[in-house]
Amino acid sequence: MSNATQLLRFITAGSVDDGKSTLIGRLLHDSKSIFEDQLSAISRTSEKRGMTAVDLSLLTDGLQAEREQGITIDVAYRYFATPKRKFIIGDTPGHEQYTRNMVTAASTANLVVILIDARKGVLVQTRRHTYLASLVGIPHIVLAVNKMDMVDYSEARFNEICTEYLAFAAQLGLHNVTCVPLSALVGDMLVDRGDNLNWYQGATLMELLENVEIDHDVNTTDFRYPVQWVCRPQTEKYHDFRGFMGRIEAGEVSVGDEITVLPSGRTSKVKEIVTYDGNLQTAYAPQSIAITLTDEIDISRGDMFVKADYLPTVAKEFEAMLCWLSETPLDKNRKYLVKHTTRTAKCLFSSIDYRVDVNTLEQHANPTVNMNDIAHVTMKVQQPLVFDHYQRNRATGSFIVIDEATNNTVAAGMIV
Amino acid sequence: MTAHTFTHLDALESESIHIMREVAAECKNPAMLFSGGKDSIVMLRLAEKAFRPAKFPFPLVHIDTEHNFPEVIACRDKLAADLGERLIVRSLEDSIKRGTIVIKDPDKPRNPYQSVTLLETIAEFGFDACMGGARRDEEKARAKERIFSFRDEFGQWDPKNQRPELWDIYNTRVHAGENIRVFPISNWTEMDIWQYIAREKLHIPEIYYAHEREVIRRGNSVMPVSHLVQPKPGEKVEVLSVRFRTVGDMTCTAPVESHARNAQEIIDETSTTRITERGATRMDDQTSEASMELRKKEGYF
Ligand SMILES: Nc1nc2c(ncn2[C@@H]2O[C@H](COP(=O)(O)OP(=O)(O)O)[C@@H](O)[C@H]2O)c(=O)[nH]1
Repeated sequence: MSNATQLLRFITAGSVDDGKSTLIGRLLHDSKSIFEDQLSAISRTSEKRGMTAVDLSLLTDGLQAEREQGITIDVAYRYFATPKRKFIIGDTPGHEQYTRNMVTAASTANLVVILIDARKGVLVQTRRHTYLASLVGIPHIVLAVNKMDMVDYSEARFNEICTEYLAFAAQLGLHNVTCVPLSALVGDMLVDRGDNLNWYQGATLMELLENVEIDHDVNTTDFRYPVQWVCRPQTEKYHDFRGFMGRIEAGEVSVGDEITVLPSGRTSKVKEIVTYDGNLQTAYAPQSIAITLTDEIDISRGDMFVKADYLPTVAKEFEAMLCWLSETPLDKNRKYLVKHTTRTAKCLFSSIDYRVDVNTLEQHANPTVNMNDIAHVTMKVQQPLVFDHYQRNRATGSFIVIDEATNNTVAAGMIV
Repeated sequence: MTAHTFTHLDALESESIHIMREVAAECKNPAMLFSGGKDSIVMLRLAEKAFRPAKFPFPLVHIDTEHNFPEVIACRDKLAADLGERLIVRSLEDSIKRGTIVIKDPDKPRNPYQSVTLLETIAEFGFDACMGGARRDEEKARAKERIFSFRDEFGQWDPKNQRPELWDIYNTRVHAGENIRVFPISNWTEMDIWQYIAREKLHIPEIYYAHEREVIRRGNSVMPVSHLVQPKPGEKVEVLSVRFRTVGDMTCTAPVESHARNAQEIIDETSTTRITERGATRMDDQTSEASMELRKKEGYF
């Protein structure tokens, strides 16, 4: 296997029993990513549970308590690779209440596979998962119409489902959807094409995963560089060295570029781009680097380097879509912490504008925000944040909310 | 480098560097666990990439079971010395002397006790964050663990009470007495580790590469003969070409038969291997499918 493979992160979303675990098990199995000891462990379990065939869905089962309950209740990450790509699967359960888990897994995904049972067609859950995928801005959507074997591999049924789904997706402004018919149980159109779906000319699920173009999933135009750590070796050799370390969240930067430091607004020029492997002329998102400047200006963690051609917003107040993650509801009378890029600040919710019903997409003027709720809010922060709209830039438009009393992460936010 | 040549190793590397810098910036008194094994050697290189030209803003810590392979300990000491970084070693023997560990059978694996000494070391130095080289692909229970994993005052991990982790915004906050385990290479697989070792030309202990060794066959495994593992009546000592895929406790770390003499040959061999790393080589994990999870709850990594 060559080293020149790309990394693709994806998640699967479906209702219970749509075949998600079988599909993941099949991808791992047919791409030869399942190991013999795992296979023999699940054969033993399958036998114990009185099953005749090896249940591939057991591969994605996790922790002991969950195994005892026979359900998965959280996000689990799985890995497999083909000669073209390395894949990270964020495996989330299809359970009703777990909006928070899907949002969590979706936050880092390039692609979502939305599963449908061909017999059932587009369900309320399908709409919910699609809405969440659009909210979190997953760049690519694959509609996997599973259990085609149960509908006689009917092309008409497949087309009917796709038409209905694509119309719904278009309402949400989603146009990057690819539909694929498959049978996870039999193995048709996952890794192998099989013999049952010859009317389908498109790519198999694996081909889609291997070939979808992801270079532009990060914003490649607006340079954004949150300062993470200031490197001051204070050795003789590096006496005056001040390297501003961080990861390029968007765009690119070159030696000699004029940069602006926000929120202060001071400007300077890039003197060097320093890495362990030698200095660079140009660096791109998402590289982790260190930058030195030609001027000595006061810069610390939480500041952001940008270029003057497309400036982010610097403000103490903004609107956001929030996904509430905590069992304790949002309390408008309390102060929370917001962590946004490398900056953490006190915040409060000046208004809860509406809550979105994830099943009907209706907006409700409802002042309480409970776990798994999606709400539109207006927030105030004690210090200014340097941000972009989430739609334009996932990295500088996202934040988490922390409850200072428990230190728990209570919400995920997307600036609108 | 252009955006188009950003490989999966580049992506993983950049993510790990980002995590280490978050730890350095947000935690008051972090440490990095370092054993001299291949994963921790990869971690060391990532730390160099994250913090050079400065020194690491944390010490290296090793919890020595004194059941370690001498080659690995030698490598641990040499690497720390070459890099000029501070290495703190605490031994299970110290805990045994203190009476906080009572060993029933001195020749049995000592991994289960490591957590005691680790927690004592955390208390001794007041560490609020320990970075470790565990990976999610190693074992099922790890697959759900967060990159920043929270431990209560008893060092315990509660799989039901983990903070959700979104984007790459990490919540590093802890109350006094609690601490975090951070796993910067969570998303790496065994294959990624070997590819990175090859790419970076990392020096790792020789026992990872094929060598002739005296072994005994026990069940499905071959066990290395050492002062801790001696043939029982009826067992035969053989000399085989073997390599180790993990290098833990000598009493329970089994090598695999192999002729791979460098990282590239291991990559080729691993591409076709049909057994997981832990399944092949850790006798203590085989006892129960859920044994790792139980140990994690007790404060083991
Ligand atoms: N006939 C048929 N059954 C399937 C298919 N995919 C999954 N199943 C079955 O549907 C049931 C639920 O599958 P599972 O993967 O556990 O669903 P999950 O709850 O979405 O993870 C199991 O009995 C599977 O064997 C398929 O393509 N065709």
